[in-house]
Amino acid sequence: MAEVLARLEGVSRTYQKGKEKVEVLHNLDLQIPTGDFVAIMGPSGSGKTTLLNLLGGLDRPTSGTIHVGGAELTAMSNSQLSHWRSTNIGFIFQFYNLLPVLTAQKNVELPLLLTSFSSKERAERAAIALDIVGLADRARHYPRELSGGQEQRVAIARAIVSDPSLLLCDEPTGDLDRETADEILKLMQILNREHGKTIVMVTHDAQAAQYANRTLHCDKGTLEAREAA
Amino acid sequence: MKYFGLIWHNIWRKKIRTSLTILSILVAFLLFALLSALGYAFKYGEESADAERLIVIDKVSLINLLPIAYQNQIASIAGVHSATHATWFGGYYQDPKNQFGQFPVDPHEYFAMYPEFKMPEEQFDAWVKNRTGAVVGKDIADAFGWQVGDRIPIQSTIWTAKSGEKTWEFDIEGIFANEEPRGNTSMLLFHYDYFDEARAFGQGLVGWYIVRVDAGADPVQVQNAIDAEFENSRNQTESAPEAQFAAAFAKQYGNIALIVSLVLGAVFFTLLLVSGNTMSQSVRERISELAVLKTLGFSDRAVLGIVLSESVLIMLMGGLLGVGIGVIAVRGVAASAGAFLPGFHFSPTAMAMSLLLMVGAGVVAGIFPALNAMRLSIIDALARA
Ligand SMILES: Nc1ncnc2c1ncn2[C@@H]1O[C@H](COP(=O)(O)OP(=O)(O)OP(=O)(O)O)[C@@H](O)[C@H]1O
Ligand SMILES: [Mg+2]
Repeated sequence: MAEVLARLEGVSRTYQKGKEKVEVLHNLDLQIPTGDFVAIMGPSGSGKTTLLNLLGGLDRPTSGTIHVGGAELTAMSNSQLSHWRSTNIGFIFQFYNLLPVLTAQKNVELPLLLTSFSSKERAERAAIALDIVGLADRARHYPRELSGGQEQRVAIARAIVSDPSLLLCDEPTGDLDRETADEILKLMQILNREHGKTIVMVTHDAQAAQYANRTLHCDKGTLEAREAA
Repeated sequence: MKYFGLIWHNIWRKKIRTSLTILSILVAFLLFALLSALGYAFKYGEESADAERLIVIDKVSLINLLPIAYQNQIASIAGVHSATHATWFGGYYQDPKNQFGQFPVDPHEYFAMYPEFKMPEEQFDAWVKNRTGAVVGKDIADAFGWQVGDRIPIQSTIWTAKSGEKTWEFDIEGIFANEEPRGNTSMLLFHYDYFDEARAFGQGLVGWYIVRVDAGADPVQVQNAIDAEFENSRNQTESAPEAQFAAAFAKQYGNIALIVSLVLGAVFFTLLLVSGNTMSQSVRERISELAVLKTLGFSDRAVLGIVLSESVLIMLMGGLLGVGIGVIAVRGVAASAGAFLPGFHFSPTAMAMSLLLMVGAGVVAGIFPALNAMRLSIIDALARA
């Protein structure tokens, strides 16, 4: 069995909604091996986004521990987490979340502002990332001048530019037509197979899940993530 | 700073809104430059005052005259180095709006009292010899294009000559400069002897005394001794350091400093509301973008710094433009009308003050939006988007 990149042990996450407590994740154990490409499916409200947030250090579990790549997230301070995210995690969102005031190139350079690279090095690395996603010729375009699929490619370039080991994708093709979605999914497959990225992808689309190595199902809002048949 | 590009592009996210905000900042700082130059002009007399000079006026009112006989009495008081006098002539040249100071004085005494006034010796000698001669300061000579040898009429609003004439004619025998580069030279000086003889009334009376205190003597003691000397005379006196006299003189025009502060206070209060509103709108409409920055690993403090820098940068752009235009305007006014408003000048202190004000106002306008951005919860903000 491959080395484990992410390990959740007895993780629960409870939200306080007014007086009511909603337990979104209950005593969850999960291991994600390095190099895996996991799809997570499940009904709305079942806690998929919550799980991604926990894996990416954006949220903290109510109880349990989370290790990612040797770091114990549950033992880190907020500012440690924020620094850790910048080098270890790439996030890809359903609505791309590019900054509209920056060009594609500058959007991709954003995470590198947190490094000690010179502006020349930043530009070079961003150019390489844009080349990997096939958008080298759109570097100077602003997000509003790009199609949805192109915007998502820029977002992927931004997610991989600081060479993180884990990519967390929340419905990355949820806003795209079939054909464009397939292109994006193929790109993710390449990142997984050729660039060795471990990917956790939340999706509602069974066809999208086909691109992954395996699919986990989140059920009933609480409790378990189990292997698909 | 590597965040500059990000900050700069964020500022111009809404071009019209930002331009209008910058324009209002510009106007506020333009006003600041003009009003502080005006305030400086009124404080100018105070700042250029000599600590060893006292002014002695009538206790009841500045416009009451004092007997010339007081001069010898003052001069004999312990601690007094020398004393001379001057009188307000209250005249104008050609047009009532061309007002400036004219004073009948004793040439030797007066120039000894004000060593900062400099003129060629031969011009001074020529003036001493000519009873109807006068000397003028460089500023006023430049303003009216006067030259040595000109004969000029001055219309007095106070003094009638024995001939019944209110227009007095003087031969310009010399032009003096002030050793201090920005010192006031907007005045005309002429012979007291001639004035006293020619005026229709008020013989033997002068406007005020100027007293130089002995080096080492305590000016306050001398001041008290002078006033004590005339306590039982018909005209009691009030002595004060030159600076205090200048301040009291400026107050005749109202409390300029207070008016300036009130106007500026109102302007800057409005300015803070305008730019504070711009900043909070700008933060509100990009909650999700700020959350994305934090997701990418930008720290809370970095996000705070980015928003604050935007606010300060907007303030600096508007402020520097406003002060820049203000300085040009002040120079223009000083060049064309400086003779009537000596000290109208944008001082280095005011410049430093305006920079402080820009940064301070930028921080105040941006701090609450910036704190909101800093405290933003990533998951809430992303869920909302
Ligand atoms: N910050 C929060 N405060 C309160 N409740 C929350 C919060 N975030 C999520 N929840 C609740 O937790 C549950 C799981 O939310 P989550 O976003 O993880 O679901 P999801 O599986 O991603 O759903 P979807 O498919 O609609 O994106 C939902 O019932 C949601 O209302
Ligand atoms: Mg979700």
